[in-house]
Amino acid sequence: MTTPTTQALATARRRDRPSVFRAVLRNPLGAASLIVIALIVLISVLAPLIAPYDPAYVDITAANVPPGADGHLLGADASGRDVLSRLLVAGQLTLSGAAVTVVISVLLGVIVGLVSGYFGKTFDLVAGWISDLVLVLPSKIVLVALFAVIGPNTLVTMAVLGVMVAPQFYRLVRNLVMGVKNELYVDAARVSGLSDAAIIGKHVLFAVRAPIIIQAAFVAGIAVVIQAGLEFIGLGDPNTPTWGGMLQDAFLAMYTAPTMLLWPGLAIGLFVAACVLLGNAVRDALEGTDAALNVSAAPSTSTTAVRTVQKPVVIDDPADEDVLLRVDDLSVGYPDGDGGVKRVVESVSFSIRPGEVLGVVGESGSGKSQTAFAILGLLPSNGRVTGGRILFEGRELDPLTGARRLRGTRVAYIPQEPMSNLDPAYRIGAQLMEPLVVVSRLSRAAARERALSLLERVGIADPKRVFDSYPHEISGGMAQRVLIAGAIAGEPDLIIADEPTTALDVTVQAEILDILRDLQRERGMAMMLVTHNFGVVADLCDRVVVMQTGRVVEAGSVEAIFEAPQHPYTAMLLGSILDGGPARPDYEDDEHVSAPAEKEVAL
Amino acid sequence: MLIFLLRRLIAGAVLVVAISFVAFALMYAGGVDIARSILGPEATQEQAQAKAAELGLDQPLLVQYGSWFTHMITGDFGRSWFTAESVSDAVVSRLGVTLSIVVVSLIAVAVISVLLGVVAAIRRGWVDKVVQVLSVVGVALPNFWVALVLVLTLAIAVPLFPATGFVQPRESVSGWLLSITLPVIAITIGGIAGAAQQIRGSVLDVSRQDFVRTLRSRGLPERRVITNHILRNSLGPAMTVLSLQFIAMIGGSVVIEKVFAIPGLGMLALNATLRGDIPIVMAVVMTMAVVVVIVNLLIDLVNGWASPKVRVQ
Repeated sequence: MTTPTTQALATARRRDRPSVFRAVLRNPLGAASLIVIALIVLISVLAPLIAPYDPAYVDITAANVPPGADGHLLGADASGRDVLSRLLVAGQLTLSGAAVTVVISVLLGVIVGLVSGYFGKTFDLVAGWISDLVLVLPSKIVLVALFAVIGPNTLVTMAVLGVMVAPQFYRLVRNLVMGVKNELYVDAARVSGLSDAAIIGKHVLFAVRAPIIIQAAFVAGIAVVIQAGLEFIGLGDPNTPTWGGMLQDAFLAMYTAPTMLLWPGLAIGLFVAACVLLGNAVRDALEGTDAALNVSAAPSTSTTAVRTVQKPVVIDDPADEDVLLRVDDLSVGYPDGDGGVKRVVESVSFSIRPGEVLGVVGESGSGKSQTAFAILGLLPSNGRVTGGRILFEGRELDPLTGARRLRGTRVAYIPQEPMSNLDPAYRIGAQLMEPLVVVSRLSRAAARERALSLLERVGIADPKRVFDSYPHEISGGMAQRVLIAGAIAGEPDLIIADEPTTALDVTVQAEILDILRDLQRERGMAMMLVTHNFGVVADLCDRVVVMQTGRVVEAGSVEAIFEAPQHPYTAMLLGSILDGGPARPDYEDDEHVSAPAEKEVAL
Repeated sequence: MLIFLLRRLIAGAVLVVAISFVAFALMYAGGVDIARSILGPEATQEQAQAKAAELGLDQPLLVQYGSWFTHMITGDFGRSWFTAESVSDAVVSRLGVTLSIVVVSLIAVAVISVLLGVVAAIRRGWVDKVVQVLSVVGVALPNFWVALVLVLTLAIAVPLFPATGFVQPRESVSGWLLSITLPVIAITIGGIAGAAQQIRGSVLDVSRQDFVRTLRSRGLPERRVITNHILRNSLGPAMTVLSLQFIAMIGGSVVIEKVFAIPGLGMLALNATLRGDIPIVMAVVMTMAVVVVIVNLLIDLVNGWASPKVRVQ
């Protein structure tokens, strides 16, 4: 399972680090947390100088005096010791304890995690097992039990707690190292002759810095709470004031001086809240920059601004009545985190006629998938159609929901990544039957029959076995066939296929393209085929739209574009199919090689 | 599925044995010095030696462990070094008290944090804000401090509930309910703070997955996508979150029981550790380890049902 954190962490290493910390400081909560933590640490360090009384000085006449009396600003405890002075000084042992826990857990977790992640094998196995063992133990009970051995020694106790939370860092570091070590730049470093230790030092440690800071902030907070809990039940150092110890004193005097509970509780709450918020702020800073980047590996607004000088390409415009889908001046944007909107699709127009196959071509980040999702009404939750219209059979679709009401029956979708597009919790058959029963209103028996025949139609040799399989039990090519079967199940008029072969093995790609072509011809469906591969275009499409950085740069018949590309970007993409190998392995001898020329290109 | 269960069962047993060995080694490593600390500073060397021999502390550690372990698996944890009471009897009578509080709290935490977490993830809006704030405040305020405030307000200022004590449900169900209300509230507030936020996170994780978009593209109604697919796939992660909460609650019982003077497992452990009554401490640790292993096993079962992929791993 990928948590938002690990996603943020994984990309963290590619981020410009100083900007993350600047983002933390710009976040009001982040800045406030840092200030609070700094103030509490500073006050604790200076406490002996600023405390009005000696925290251990007993003035029995002042026992339990209320706040403000006799120069005791916060009152005095049951032994007549000044509460304010004790509160200030108590920070010392409490914070040192938390620091010990953080240092021990980070050191232990990071070192073992680095070794384990980098070298793997037996060490990794043993370390992982021990880490699991430590994680399942309730830490408070272990510390209570160990008191019988350690005695009232706060720093040693907190060091043990450090060992108990070290698995959190161990897991974090180990998993990140596992990922990072396979990445190219580490390989490159290896080739260039750096020793293993140097590789770990230089690259991996840099990658895990931010996540460790996030986790350490939480651990510091938890450590303060756990320490206070232990001191509260009498397992603390009785001779040194601590916040937890003060709570214990307050507990004993609860009926006579209830306000004494307030101050140490506030101190703990303030410090821990600041730690948690600081951790959140660092994470938000990582994810914030991450989200902006995820939306598009695409054009920053400045680069597109340069391009706006160009006139948007207006493409061939068939008569309205003959058009199935019409996209008119469509723009899609995402919030950029600074209150503005980052546009990933700008003024895109094209149309698809019934039974026609339109290729939408461009490299990743060109906005082609975003255009497809806008039509389907399936943009990620923060994405918005910011301008233009989408019309299906001449009727304008709601820009917020797109083709939502047409999904399943009129418009269908084939995704890029087959393995992640099937629900892992259900068998294939159930997943195919569900829309047939719920959307197409077939009986269960009819739906079952239809699902089986669909599986057969997409070239699955043993439909019954696949029908009863879970997604993890079938191959990627098989899964893509299942997804195609699901898309055609509702007999749609338009299929939107988003890079349907990109994630597949080369041999499987050709088979999937064959199935798509046959189905399209057999059923007369229109298709919007999103791809970066002109080989696929040549194979299947009637017309092409070329997109770059969110805009249409060229459009026309496949024939025209193959023969005389007008835009340098199109020429470059065309060139890459020659360099990068064919879209299909049998491209050379395939009968469809001359497809663009053969096809009746309706223009 | 059966093999999957069997493997988990064996893994759990190995875990319990490993914990028992580590705990034993740590607790008994002191040898004769333990006898001296039982007898107090006035005891002579001879007395200490005699006491150590009486308790078997003069034996090699492995021999002691072997003897302890063979008794332990038959349910015999020996006798308290101080009261000569049977350790097993003490633990069994206290376990029910602690579990009756922790289980009720767990149910409350599960229901409320699943509701909050799911609504926060799917509807966002103000519920989401509440969950965010709660997750910070709930962690920042230790649950025993919340418990103290509850005692001050709902037991002392307005005496609705007893400030201390525990009533066995077989004596009086209403008395039991009254006696556990404040502890349960205190534990639950902290538990929700931890769990709701994480459940929200796992629901969000699932709802961002590719297959959810594809399911929507099939024309399935949103409600169906949420209940049959997003929530179904969030079940495993949510269960794991709740099991960790349960472990934390069991451990946290030692502090909460102190606030309310509840004679549970935590109090037993606390008093034993303060006296140095190691057989009792060991027994409490082992009991908690077994409870934790059982809970993890149950969670594995649920996960195995919810996610077919887990079964084959």
